[in-house]
Amino acid sequence: MSKTLFDKVWDSHVVRKIEDGPDVFFIDRHFIHEVTSPVAFLGLKERGVKVLYPERTFATADHNTPTINQHLPVQDALSANQLKALEDNATEYGISHWGLGHQKNGIVHVVGPENGITLPGATIVCGDSHTSTHGAFGAIAFGIGTSEVEMVLSTQCIMQPKPKKMRINVNGQLSKGVGPKDVALYIIAQLTTSGGTGYFVEYAGDVFENMTMEGRMTVCNLSIEMGARGGMIAPDQTTFDFLEGRLYAPKGEAWTKAVEYWKTLKTDPDAVFDAELNINAADIEPMITYGTNPGMGIGISKHIPSADQVEGGEETYKKSLAYMGFHEDDVMIGKPIDYVFLGSCTNGRIEDFRAFAEIVKGRKKADNVTAWLVPGSHVVEAQIKEEGILDILTEAGFVLRQPGCSACLAMNDDKVPAGKYAVSTSNRNFEGRQGPGSRTLLASPIMAAAAAVTGKLTDPRELF
Amino acid sequence: MAYDKFNILTSSAVPLPIENVDTDQIIPARFLKATKREGFGDNLFRDWRYNGDDTPKADFVLNNPTYSGKILVGGKNFGSGSSREHAAWAVYDYGFRAVVSSFFADIFKGNCLNIGVLPVQVSPEFAETIFKAIEADPKTELEINLPNQTITLLATGQQESFAINGYKKNNMINGFDDIDYLQNIKGDIQAFADKLPY
Repeated sequence: MSKTLFDKVWDSHVVRKIEDGPDVFFIDRHFIHEVTSPVAFLGLKERGVKVLYPERTFATADHNTPTINQHLPVQDALSANQLKALEDNATEYGISHWGLGHQKNGIVHVVGPENGITLPGATIVCGDSHTSTHGAFGAIAFGIGTSEVEMVLSTQCIMQPKPKKMRINVNGQLSKGVGPKDVALYIIAQLTTSGGTGYFVEYAGDVFENMTMEGRMTVCNLSIEMGARGGMIAPDQTTFDFLEGRLYAPKGEAWTKAVEYWKTLKTDPDAVFDAELNINAADIEPMITYGTNPGMGIGISKHIPSADQVEGGEETYKKSLAYMGFHEDDVMIGKPIDYVFLGSCTNGRIEDFRAFAEIVKGRKKADNVTAWLVPGSHVVEAQIKEEGILDILTEAGFVLRQPGCSACLAMNDDKVPAGKYAVSTSNRNFEGRQGPGSRTLLASPIMAAAAAVTGKLTDPRELF
Repeated sequence: MAYDKFNILTSSAVPLPIENVDTDQIIPARFLKATKREGFGDNLFRDWRYNGDDTPKADFVLNNPTYSGKILVGGKNFGSGSSREHAAWAVYDYGFRAVVSSFFADIFKGNCLNIGVLPVQVSPEFAETIFKAIEADPKTELEINLPNQTITLLATGQQESFAINGYKKNNMINGFDDIDYLQNIKGDIQAFADKLPY
């Protein structure tokens, strides 16, 4: 029977099917961080059970970590306590741990691929919804809750009903200034934040085939923002080239054998999806969000839609615009902004810093803007320095911070004050996401760069 | 962690007719720093419920004594966003045992089922009927019958059935969890793992 890429990977990991119930689903790789794992370890202790396969779990500290002075003790006592709990649990159960200050430390969804832990055909979970990122490699990867973290630690399995399948095809030529983030925000605006719920997505078409691994990760990362559990892209030569030689990637004969297998991981020509969406690449322009969920995005040159043009309740829509301090029919270009955040598991990779630097090169940061530039990992940080990007940023008046999740969810000190506008390359513009009362405008790295140097929302295409 | 068994729940309900309620609203990230599962109910809907100076916002439904009960009725696409199970814990710890909506986000729904909060998905029309009934009489009672998979407005008898898979239903009625199940088939799991490429 013809199978999709998703079917092939899913079906090969089902330990058993429960009648009128979920599948017992085997997990190859498990990432943990300090926020969603402590209670899972408590559960293990209460039950008196061990971690079944400690070598399949990888711990890194990211959500809570400060992005300056990482060599000093963490000031926030609660954060310090969580970081210590992660370290203690990892030590007790024999799990590899890349804590604060470790050269391999960084955002879990950046360091996993960077070290070849993420592989095609693998099943990957983490107590974090942006685990969907790893689908860029042709893995099935999705976020889980803490009860499930405990399940994976103790049995390497979770219990999941198999999701339905959706394929999103984007074909044609992307316009200049339009990148992976814009493609993703455009898709989410089409589907809304719930349009993908119940589905696992495969991204297909020449736009994704021509994308770098960093770009594919940005797209797959945002799958959850349309409600989908995850998204994946068939592995190809771009995938193999990225992975070859990385720390945990197979070596020698095992590599050759693995690539042979990975080449079979594609959707059969006559396989059927439960839903399919076709998008013309040329229709996408640089995107910006104007509301309080990632589905509320428009092209930068557009006006904010009126309530009668959008799906869903008028009351919720008006509440959202009121929170943002925006009005129906407002023009986005020219709106003043206060903060710029470049970073996160969505856009904290080297390519994102290259794109940002391309725009700010030879320009200066606007005086009214506070900018937080946060690499996704120490590896990214090192590359920024090696490639001379740091010099460009410094010359333009920017400061590079240390790796972590930072202002994406504002668990550390990087909080946008109430009422202030932040152009952010992260993934969520929910109320208060970047600090109580903060107002987030999601965008690509070049849109963020254009805002950072002009102090207002600017069409980045004007700055090339 | 053990949770209350769920059979038939009869209670008044608290209405929250807002769409796309995300888990950052249910529990903001800055309250996720605990290493134990304690006190999350205090911060349920923190920023909608309290001002910056921690005084209650009078216009938020949880601060309105007119509404109470063990059932929360939310707008469409309830629980979107972050996978934080803390959101489900906050709902449970506050005292809710069921959430009713015309549409749930996937991860939140799964988290609820794992910790003893029953997500009851109804048609948009029935959700509207419930909101109107509560508006007319805040003390009106709903009956959620898990064995029969029905939700009923007791005053009028209006009823709808809801879906839940047999395995999860049995778990909730008996207070079982998935880990008990998985522990019992560990041998099968290990045999399976031995055959995988990585």
